[in-house]
Amino acid sequence: MPENSLPTADTDPAKGASPLSLEISGVSKSFGRFPALNGVSLQARDKEFLALLGPSGSGKTTLLRVLAGLERPDAGEVRFDGEDFLSIPVRRRKVGMVFQHYALFRHMTVAQNIAFGLSVRPRRERPSKSDVADRVADLLKLVQLEGLGGRFPAQLSGGQRQRVALARALAIEPRMLLLDEPFGALDAQVRRELRRWLRDLHDRAGVTTVFVTHDQEEALDLADRVAILKDGTLRQLGTPNEVYENPADPFVYDFLGAACRLPGVVEDGRLTVADWETKAPKDAPQGRVDVFFRPNEVMFAPLDGAGLAAEVTAVAARGPDVRIECLIEGKTFELEARGPGIPSGVAPGLSLRVKPLRPKVYPARVDA
Amino acid sequence: MTAQAILASPTKARRRPWVQHSILPGFGLSLGITLAYLGVIVVLPLVALAIRPWELGPAGVFHALAAPRVLAALKLSFGLSALAALLNAPLGVLLAWTLTRYQFPGRRILDALVDLPFALPTAVAGIALTAIYAPNGALGALAAKVGIKTAYSPLGIFIALVFIGLPFVVRSLQPVLQELDHEVEEAATTLGANSLQRAVRVILPALGPSLISGISLAFARAVGEYGSVVFIAGNLPGKTEIAPLLIVIKLESYDYAGAAAVGLAMVAISFGSLVAINGLQLMLARRGRA
Amino acid sequence: MTAATTASAARPISSVRLPGLAILLVLASAAVMAGLVLLPLFVVFHDAFAKGVGKYLDSIRDPDAISAIKLTLLVASIAVPLNAVFGVAAAWCIAKFEFRGKSALLTLIDLPFSMSPVVSGLVWVLLFGAQGWFGTWLIDHDVKIIFATTGLVLATILVTFPFVARELIPLMQDQGADEESAALTLGAGGFTTFFRITLPNIRWALLYGVLLCNARAMGEFGAVSVVSGHIRGLTTTLPLHVEVLYNDYDFVGAFAAASLLASLGLITLVLKTGLEWRHAGELAANRRH
Repeated sequence: MPENSLPTADTDPAKGASPLSLEISGVSKSFGRFPALNGVSLQARDKEFLALLGPSGSGKTTLLRVLAGLERPDAGEVRFDGEDFLSIPVRRRKVGMVFQHYALFRHMTVAQNIAFGLSVRPRRERPSKSDVADRVADLLKLVQLEGLGGRFPAQLSGGQRQRVALARALAIEPRMLLLDEPFGALDAQVRRELRRWLRDLHDRAGVTTVFVTHDQEEALDLADRVAILKDGTLRQLGTPNEVYENPADPFVYDFLGAACRLPGVVEDGRLTVADWETKAPKDAPQGRVDVFFRPNEVMFAPLDGAGLAAEVTAVAARGPDVRIECLIEGKTFELEARGPGIPSGVAPGLSLRVKPLRPKVYPARVDA
Repeated sequence: MTAQAILASPTKARRRPWVQHSILPGFGLSLGITLAYLGVIVVLPLVALAIRPWELGPAGVFHALAAPRVLAALKLSFGLSALAALLNAPLGVLLAWTLTRYQFPGRRILDALVDLPFALPTAVAGIALTAIYAPNGALGALAAKVGIKTAYSPLGIFIALVFIGLPFVVRSLQPVLQELDHEVEEAATTLGANSLQRAVRVILPALGPSLISGISLAFARAVGEYGSVVFIAGNLPGKTEIAPLLIVIKLESYDYAGAAAVGLAMVAISFGSLVAINGLQLMLARRGRA
Repeated sequence: MTAATTASAARPISSVRLPGLAILLVLASAAVMAGLVLLPLFVVFHDAFAKGVGKYLDSIRDPDAISAIKLTLLVASIAVPLNAVFGVAAAWCIAKFEFRGKSALLTLIDLPFSMSPVVSGLVWVLLFGAQGWFGTWLIDHDVKIIFATTGLVLATILVTFPFVARELIPLMQDQGADEESAALTLGAGGFTTFFRITLPNIRWALLYGVLLCNARAMGEFGAVSVVSGHIRGLTTTLPLHVEVLYNDYDFVGAFAAASLLASLGLITLVLKTGLEWRHAGELAANRRH
């Protein structure tokens, strides 16, 4: 697989099993002087579970709101099932949107909330009262809130509110489900439970789903594919495995997990970092580079072995893992080892060598 | 214009670069109603107020305002309003403090009654205060015994202005006192401060900005007050004649420009003092944050 | 309740434990309230019934009093709904949209709070009085605004229009636009969204604003006094009726009429306090009037 490839190259429709359903091309949006989205293009396949991942201010929520029709982009195109999505007003798009703080109607019961989308349909298309009641009952069962239809939102826990919001969005039989930080307001325990449940629900409902998150673990764990955004631009789009194994740039590498970084040089297919020389990765850029590796993907060797010269400054055991703090090239790194990988007799003051197992190489940046 | 229309035609929003696009409908309608209403109810009348005095010419306006009777009325209105607002400060602190810090029977009723000067129509308050402080009234007779004239004197006006200004100070202070962090007081206590030191050095400074805003609201209300003052004032030209009454008198003699001049002067002076008070408040608030 | 029981039950909520001082402060507050605020209220009812219930009822049943009551109700029934519609419209565009010139709009809305009621009446005379800008035109076309009901309505509107808007704007800003956005994504139209989502969310604050607006509209004296002309039975609202009787030395009549207005004030106070206790969360945080 090519490194530093164009972010969208992985999304060649020919490779996909199902046809494209969502096509976003060149979407830009500014708020006053602040450019929230800057020419973002990406695609999602039918029934795909797509994560928009990025730090705050990356434009991910804006992009989601563009899909919902809540923001109108300054430029660009959004097509859904071949249709020009931007020309459809929000109320006719039939997107199921779950807001970050749920936006439940506080003066309506759970059942009334869920039924709202059906009850505002034009009279001709409106289901009968009993049909609506049946549908609400089905949805309450689906989100495991049977018997709570008469409660008001204020009487529910955070996780329950989230599921009501989801049921309300599903009630209109949406063409696409949009979730804005669906677990953002929940505590860690509830988050984990709901995550798997949401994935199951998506698989059963079979509807293209786009969700926004700033939590890389959540995105990698849950999504079919992950789109990583920063400063309003798409940095990479790919399956969780692709983006984790082959981050397109230093930002993505850093954002997806703990990263260690050292300067190096690539010449004639050889990578040199300080006193360690090794074969350069395929397609590595020539000249001065930044070398990245994960702190748990290293091998420790005695001083006469291969690797970066390091001095252990602190050691702490954390369950089966051992955290080894090392000084390499004047910089402190927190490395991890477990089981047989733990160097024997490791203690502060010990000199040894550290060999990154899968270093990634990017052209050097000037900044610190 | 509906949101759908905006969405359907990308060029439409471009025509209104001063409004950020929103999906919610009804911006044009609601802004239209608001502007039309404000235009007719506020802007047009204020334009008249700002322009009409100058029919007299600059010299004429000066003469209209510099007349001893007008000057005396303005001095009386603004002076007594300032005094009344200042007396409202300790009274307001006292009431706000007891209402937020102590639990006692009848507290909620007392709290609700603080708004009575708002709720009582001004003419009602005016004749009631006059009845109380007139020489034959309940308190007026008492004061007369020791030789103090209350109704039909500046003191009577002062009492009426204290009455109508009190709620402003209490209501400005209450939320701040309620939210004042108990930990700050407790910290002061652990550092050895006694209750007086806590009150003067910890609590009062925290109240500063809202106290000033309460005082300035009371002042602004008092300057323009008419109904509750006009009955108790006595309305002797040059002595107990308040500025709003002078406007009424000038209008009755069809001196529109003169009335407008006094009205404009009142608005200008009120506005000027509010700006000054706001400046002071900002300064205090900034110091409080630092 | 006697002063002694008040005092003995007074106890500080805070860490400041000084029961003696607490009792003193509570007593002082009660004294201030009684002497300054409650005494006038008491005097109104006392003097109204000074010559017995019969005289009181006669004063209220007087034809001039009846027509003053009717006129007051008429003026309020025009001014209050108009101000309510304006308040909702202003709050909608100010709270839910971002546009330039918003703070200027807010300043304009706040302005009447810092204007003398007399000036609020004066400005209408400057426009529509005999020597007003439109005075000649109005006389030529036989339209009466000043010294007529229209003038009373205009003056009342100017004095009372901020009440609803000031109550709704902070609340609606606080509530944001998420619920409305959700309704739109679920297929609701603009009017459905407003009537089924927005209005239910602001109903108590709206009621609160209308209540205050109405109390002020019915009790307004200074502004209407300037535009009324005090034509008995025609342009005297209830507060002006009080003034007319008082200046005629008909004190029982004046205080009887005043007692009606005081009752209006008391009822408003009770309703307002009830709303504050039950729906505190849905009312604007700043209770500025």
